[in-house]
Amino acid sequence: MDNELISGAEALMRALENEGVDTLFGYPGGNIMPSYDALYDHKTTLNHILVRHEQAAVHAAQGYARVSGKVGCVIVTSGPGAMNTITGLADAMIDSTPIVVICGQVGAAMLGTDAFQEVDTISVSQPITKWAYQIRHADDVATAVSRAFYIARSGRPGPVVLDFTKNAQTSMTEYHPQKVDFIRSYKPTPSPFREDIERAALLINSSVKPFVLVGQGVELGDAREELRAFLEKAQIPAGCTFLGLSALPSDHPLNMGMLGMHGNLGPNVMTNQCDLLIAVGMRFDDRVTGNLKTYAKQAKIIHFDIDPSEINKNVKVDLAVVGDCKHTLAEVTRLMEKTTHQAWVDGFKPYADREDVKVIQPAIHPTEGPLLMGEVVRRVSEATQDKGILVTDVGQNQMFGCRYFRFTQGRSVVTSGGCGTMGFGLPAAVGATFGAPDRTVCLFVGDGGLQMTIQELGTIMEQRAPVKIVLLNNNFLGNVRQWQYMFFRKRYSFTPMVNPDYEKIAQAYDIPCRTVTERGQLDAAIQEMIDTEGPFLLQCAVKEEDNVLPMTPPGANVDEMLLEVK
Amino acid sequence: MNQEMTKSQCGDCKVCGKCGTLDCPEGRTCYTILVYSENVAGILNQITTVFTRRQVNIESLNVCASSTPGVHKYTITCFCTEEMVIMLTKQIEKKIDVLQAHYFTDEEIFILECSLIKVSTSQMLKDSEIGRIVRRHGARIVEVNPTYSIIEKKGLTEEIVSLFQQLDERGAVLQFVRSGRIVVTKSPVEQLDRYLEERESQRLK
Repeated sequence: MDNELISGAEALMRALENEGVDTLFGYPGGNIMPSYDALYDHKTTLNHILVRHEQAAVHAAQGYARVSGKVGCVIVTSGPGAMNTITGLADAMIDSTPIVVICGQVGAAMLGTDAFQEVDTISVSQPITKWAYQIRHADDVATAVSRAFYIARSGRPGPVVLDFTKNAQTSMTEYHPQKVDFIRSYKPTPSPFREDIERAALLINSSVKPFVLVGQGVELGDAREELRAFLEKAQIPAGCTFLGLSALPSDHPLNMGMLGMHGNLGPNVMTNQCDLLIAVGMRFDDRVTGNLKTYAKQAKIIHFDIDPSEINKNVKVDLAVVGDCKHTLAEVTRLMEKTTHQAWVDGFKPYADREDVKVIQPAIHPTEGPLLMGEVVRRVSEATQDKGILVTDVGQNQMFGCRYFRFTQGRSVVTSGGCGTMGFGLPAAVGATFGAPDRTVCLFVGDGGLQMTIQELGTIMEQRAPVKIVLLNNNFLGNVRQWQYMFFRKRYSFTPMVNPDYEKIAQAYDIPCRTVTERGQLDAAIQEMIDTEGPFLLQCAVKEEDNVLPMTPPGANVDEMLLEVK
Repeated sequence: MNQEMTKSQCGDCKVCGKCGTLDCPEGRTCYTILVYSENVAGILNQITTVFTRRQVNIESLNVCASSTPGVHKYTITCFCTEEMVIMLTKQIEKKIDVLQAHYFTDEEIFILECSLIKVSTSQMLKDSEIGRIVRRHGARIVEVNPTYSIIEKKGLTEEIVSLFQQLDERGAVLQFVRSGRIVVTKSPVEQLDRYLEERESQRLK
């Protein structure tokens, strides 16, 4: 094979195979056509999923990456194709999702001439990617692709853009597989200092009321077992962020629930009562902390993170343990004393009981009135024996989804956390079915978000992607309506929504559909959805003006949660 | 003005001209950030967006090859709080092709800037004080022709700003340009060399 000359486009295919890529989400167009031509000969190894819009390709790759732990891969054309990936790139950046987006670009000789479908993709994408690089020579393909995948997956993962000029796709090169695993200027996994590990153990050993915040870093670092061992050795209670929800089984006795604005009462209140706050792989998002001026001021704070720039960014900490939490958690655990904090752990119960009576039971076991989102979510979770993958869109569907779905396995949450991208759900769920083909993928989506990327029903139809779509239809942009209700004097400015006939839409896309309007129909319809092979659309006509509770109003103190809305 | 005085201590930059801004924000310090990167295209853009996003103005910027082959050096000054400069430095260092980023106060570095001031020759001949100002500041006249003369001044920011302001008060200045600050650190430790050695040994492992 030595000295065989192949095109840059063919080199791209071989380099992708060399990186273990098996699935590509994409959409062809002018300046990526040479690569699509090469892809035609690699259809058996590189499964290309034709999406219906480039934004969906990125969200699908995110869904794929989140549930599989592999790098999601996208291929699109230049100009508008590349620009349509921007929302997804920003989403993947803030949620640390490893994806590589390959986009076409005009020939190098035409760069800067305002050529047809030329956009300065590198400049546009740089602030929202971990790395963005233009391939202008075919000889550069093998190294650039390997570097891209190395950067996307290593350290704190993130999105990478490869801007592939047309001349680089068509010109000839010798292909030699590359394996980049070292970049001089890039230290993906900083080594922790021994004394930090020792000090962390010391602080934990002397703490009476320790509390752990579990973030997505635990999932990304594949450290679920290490986290459990860490928590169990000293019986430390924990709360999970949105993206960290499945890092700890929902029914684990030390799992006190979800953190944040619509999280559980106990973990939020106890954040301001603990004497030691231990954050693991989370970034103190404002939706978690509320008012920073009053956030955990009584406690010492330890921050485990792989990204040094996260330390002291939002919350000043007493000790940072920078490194891979799979390693650092295990090391600290080794130095920890085996103990319990029974009285402290028991202290969460009154809050859990109060929330259960005031909020949870009325949400998941209502006896009268219209169907509620909470009960739908919990029934669907139960129908999967809590083994399903939760995919949500953004809004009330997301809050209820994350509150009432239950998790027994890792890598089971796919939601747009930092960016809050409406329209994320449907394509991300498509991607999740390819990333975890053996699992049940349950999407909860509102009538607003579904219509933002509804064209992906076409992808689902073509691929028979087994997405269980649960449409929580309340004829409102529900979350914005809730805020208008609470903070804008009930002035429902453009949140009521006139909806199409979703049954007809499902029918047009050849997707089995059922609409539930009565509580009595719910269980049977969910069972039908689960039992049906392939995709299914379950439309639930839920209460129009329901509110997600509890709620920490924006800017309020973390322990000032409202259990009811007046 | 002595170099030890920090911005917040002097409180009025229009007088001292330290750091060279004519519009000194109170309560903030002038920091110099040194960035070392691989010599690849697009780094400058990545660095400046770190500032733009956080609404921090870059006061001066110098980019050049460093003493290490293949490594570029960026010298950036800005006014901000220490909290902000720490964040800026970390975010810059996070860029894949950036080797190192560190921040310094004026006490930790040797600083040099240079400037050119174009003045009217006829006015300079009429107003003998202009010559005295030039001599007092240790500046050099590098070009004289019937229309204009050019004064060159190297030194600290405040010396250059002082020269400019005194000439400007006499209405003599036609053009003024001041370079970005260039600095070397006073520390006996060469952090870049140490970093590169450490990385090289990790690569060989």
